[in-house]
Amino acid sequence: MAALPPRFADWFARNGWEPHPHQLEMLDRAQEPASLLIAPTGGGKTLAGFLPSLVELADGSYKGLHTLYISPLKALAADIRRNLLRPVEEMGLPIRIEDRTGDTSASARKRQRADPPHILLTTPESLALLISYEDAPRIFAGLSRVVVDEIHALAESKRGDQLMLALSRLQALAPGMRRTGLSATVEDPPALARQLACHPDPCKVILADPGPLPDIAMLETAAPPPWAGGGAVHAIPEVLAEVRKHRTTLIFHNTRAQAEIFFHNLWLANEEDLPIAIHHGSLAREQRQKVEAAMVAGDLRAIVCTGTLDLGIDWGDVDLIIQIGGPKNVKRLVQRIGRANHRYNAPSKARLVPANRFEVLECRAALEAAAEHDLDGEPRGPGPRDVLCQHILIRACAGPFDEAALYREVKTVGAYAGLSRAAFDDCLDFCATGGYALKAYDRWQKLMQRDGLWGLRDPRTAQRIRMNIGTIQDTELLKVRMRGRGGQPLGEVEEGFAASLTEGDTFLIGGEIVRYEGLKEMTVQVSRSANKTPKIAVFGGTKFSASTRLTERILELIHGDWQALPEDTRHWLALQREVSQLPRGDRLLIESFPHDSRANTCLYGFAGRNAQQTLGLLVTRRMEEVGLDPLGFVATDYATLIWGLEQVEDPAPLLAQQVLRDVLEGWLAKNAVMKRTFRASANIAGLIERNLPQNRKTGRQATFSSDILYDTLLKYDPDHLLMRITREEAMKGLVDFGRVEEMLARVEGRIDHVVLDRVTPMAAPLLLEVGKVPVAGKGRERLAEAEAEALMAKAGLASGGLQ
Amino acid sequence: MNAHAFTLAGCRLVARPTGALWLPDERLLCVSDLHLGKSERMARRGGSLLPPYETVETLDRLEAELDLLAPDTVICLGDSFDDLGAALALPDSLRVRLAGMQAGRRWIWIEGNHDPGPVELGGEHMAQHAVAGVRFRHIAEEVCTAGEISGHYHPKHRLPRSGTSRPAFVYDGTRLILPAFGTYTGGLRCDTPELRRLFAARAIAVLTGPRALAVPLP
Repeated sequence: MAALPPRFADWFARNGWEPHPHQLEMLDRAQEPASLLIAPTGGGKTLAGFLPSLVELADGSYKGLHTLYISPLKALAADIRRNLLRPVEEMGLPIRIEDRTGDTSASARKRQRADPPHILLTTPESLALLISYEDAPRIFAGLSRVVVDEIHALAESKRGDQLMLALSRLQALAPGMRRTGLSATVEDPPALARQLACHPDPCKVILADPGPLPDIAMLETAAPPPWAGGGAVHAIPEVLAEVRKHRTTLIFHNTRAQAEIFFHNLWLANEEDLPIAIHHGSLAREQRQKVEAAMVAGDLRAIVCTGTLDLGIDWGDVDLIIQIGGPKNVKRLVQRIGRANHRYNAPSKARLVPANRFEVLECRAALEAAAEHDLDGEPRGPGPRDVLCQHILIRACAGPFDEAALYREVKTVGAYAGLSRAAFDDCLDFCATGGYALKAYDRWQKLMQRDGLWGLRDPRTAQRIRMNIGTIQDTELLKVRMRGRGGQPLGEVEEGFAASLTEGDTFLIGGEIVRYEGLKEMTVQVSRSANKTPKIAVFGGTKFSASTRLTERILELIHGDWQALPEDTRHWLALQREVSQLPRGDRLLIESFPHDSRANTCLYGFAGRNAQQTLGLLVTRRMEEVGLDPLGFVATDYATLIWGLEQVEDPAPLLAQQVLRDVLEGWLAKNAVMKRTFRASANIAGLIERNLPQNRKTGRQATFSSDILYDTLLKYDPDHLLMRITREEAMKGLVDFGRVEEMLARVEGRIDHVVLDRVTPMAAPLLLEVGKVPVAGKGRERLAEAEAEALMAKAGLASGGLQ
Repeated sequence: MNAHAFTLAGCRLVARPTGALWLPDERLLCVSDLHLGKSERMARRGGSLLPPYETVETLDRLEAELDLLAPDTVICLGDSFDDLGAALALPDSLRVRLAGMQAGRRWIWIEGNHDPGPVELGGEHMAQHAVAGVRFRHIAEEVCTAGEISGHYHPKHRLPRSGTSRPAFVYDGTRLILPAFGTYTGGLRCDTPELRRLFAARAIAVLTGPRALAVPLP
């Protein structure tokens, strides 16, 4: 193994450190085309990534950009710069390090292009912007290394696909460029390595010592968790006690709304005034920065947070992680737990708090999976084509290109290695002409071929393309401000949530209860409210589905040893076994029972929330067709409960695979979820521009909904590229039809239909679930008519009008 | 009874669920803000290449109204074309179709801010037009006497508790503003001050959709 150069060895020694074996191995393999380091938090991962660069740059002879560092977070880039300055300054290395993100000033960014630093720290979006400039070949000509930090987080999303496409461009500009990935624990390191490497180059996986086993357990609470819901109010006293016992506790939640509600309740119970703050993605940047600063300064005892604190910024001395609610995903849980205790050789400590009875099973299954290091992960499919479309447009901004050369470049990206020439040509045609069956844009193509090379028809288009770079979809968000001139910004809420508010409604944001006053210039105006109980806090927050592996483990647990389960859970399962059956992995349990003068049917598919939701949509549609008059349904990770007017006698025909597929095609095509899926892809592929050169108009008379484009394509051009992409996306994500099919394949028609005269123990919690979905159709129109009439009557107007 | 009937300045009017206005006594049909050729104009200006089907779609819906009602007169209340270039670029097939729709009836293009000049597409071209006690113009006047019918603002409205917002007619005792009939058109919320201030405290919005739904404006 290579020895550290003396200057570096001295520096380690002066600090009383011993280099980790994986740090030396990274140095050893520095000349290889690609390497992936998997190490726990606190394992000196960042330094391991940068050591080869620091050593190569130490003699001061290198001119220009040597190393590009990419992180998923702007804040992380700035944080890493500060951390790197320490070895550079202490060893007196002649190395210039700068960061470049959306927050970097225009003048600094201009200077960086003219005179790049040795090490540039940036994000995937800023890199995509950089490669869109005509001078990209000059900036990157001598690039030696790329370091991708937190690659496990990037690789799960389209941001990762965009980044890898950008790297393929860099590789063409700098053929000698070597790639290094830094990752937390993942389930399939070789798959991640293939995503990182320039296909078909090999990529060595280096596994660091994972450190001592974490100390994870359930948090014992005096009160048992409730039957349904996600508030975890029952655990407040015990959570507070834990906060008191530790220096800094991170309290993770699955959704922003749950975090807000929990924080509110925690604060009401916090009689000692322990300094506790809240942090999530909907809060205003100013608010978040205040919390982050307080955390780094060690002023906070606890932070109620969501996934926004998942990534590796060193937030200070965290010594306990509390996870509220089912962890949904064992890998994410393990990565979260790694956030506690940044000292390499101390075990991290975590406590799980199930928010309801079913989550007791989920938490228990997750604990066992974590202990056995049985991590879940869905394999990533082929590289998404909407991201490729954006990449082609970005490439066009940088200057004319040869289509065959670009195709070869794209095929060096692991995820796109199998891309056919025809599929590539489809994307290119979409970018150039819109790709419509009706050739309408011969004169106004976006890209044109001149002398065999593709380029922008109108050079001004480059500005519009650059303004819309990126794959992150913030659903239409509206800013929330305190009313009055210069009102304090509080955060953001989804447009749909804002639209559902009427004056006087109260909701929680940033731990405060505010009163809705009105909408002014696309900003939600609020005032402080003295109310003790808010109306609701349903805004934002992705609802993750429990992973396939985790639901499998829950089923195993239900049929396995109940010893580790609490008394009341054991009793609950035993009662279910007595009056009905326990659900099994290789069969589908369906229960039918009357309740509340409705016929109820419960399907225990264990396919995850999104798939169970889709199952509900499809089955109720089918029920409507056969006259079973369904009225609504509700879905959780484990089951779908449907209620209607007629008793389901034989559920099997409702679940025939071909029937469901047909219903999906015909009916889900018009569903709001599909439209949302379409909007995301249309944004990424450049059909819809989120940002326009002119400022956004107030009231937005000029813009129209992407739903109209979807409906138009569905009617006139249903096989258009974006429609095909939308249908593909629907197999996963919000629609997740892939998992519905997986479940049906698993049970192969083995359906156990149990008919009972009353609700069963396992179905009872579902009756209490929030998020019930009314079945749309004529009924909904009737409701709207009734409401309109009531409003007219209330206003003293005849339904005829003003006469 | 899917439509909403009312009177303005003594003239009987019917707000159709499609967004078109029908004057039964005059056998007159009025539609506003068709914005034909919008996708062509956006492409020409270096913007998105939108699905180029909206002109056909808009004409399809207009023709369905013509077939159903057989009006003697049609008024297009301005912004019928996204700009004059879009009118010039209209493909021949659609010109023929438009001529067919105009045959045997009076057809009036009211000029709008997007299409101020005359277009070579048959019919008459006017700044405004008065008939049966009401006046048709593209943009509402700041101050007007009873009986003004206009477009321009693309009003939309939603019921507080149900559904998404839909294009809507808005009227009070003095004036009526039509929703946009064109396929690629956005909307302006009825409670936006610049739109709300044009109406008296007591005003009605008529939502388009499967049925015309009348509700008081907040």
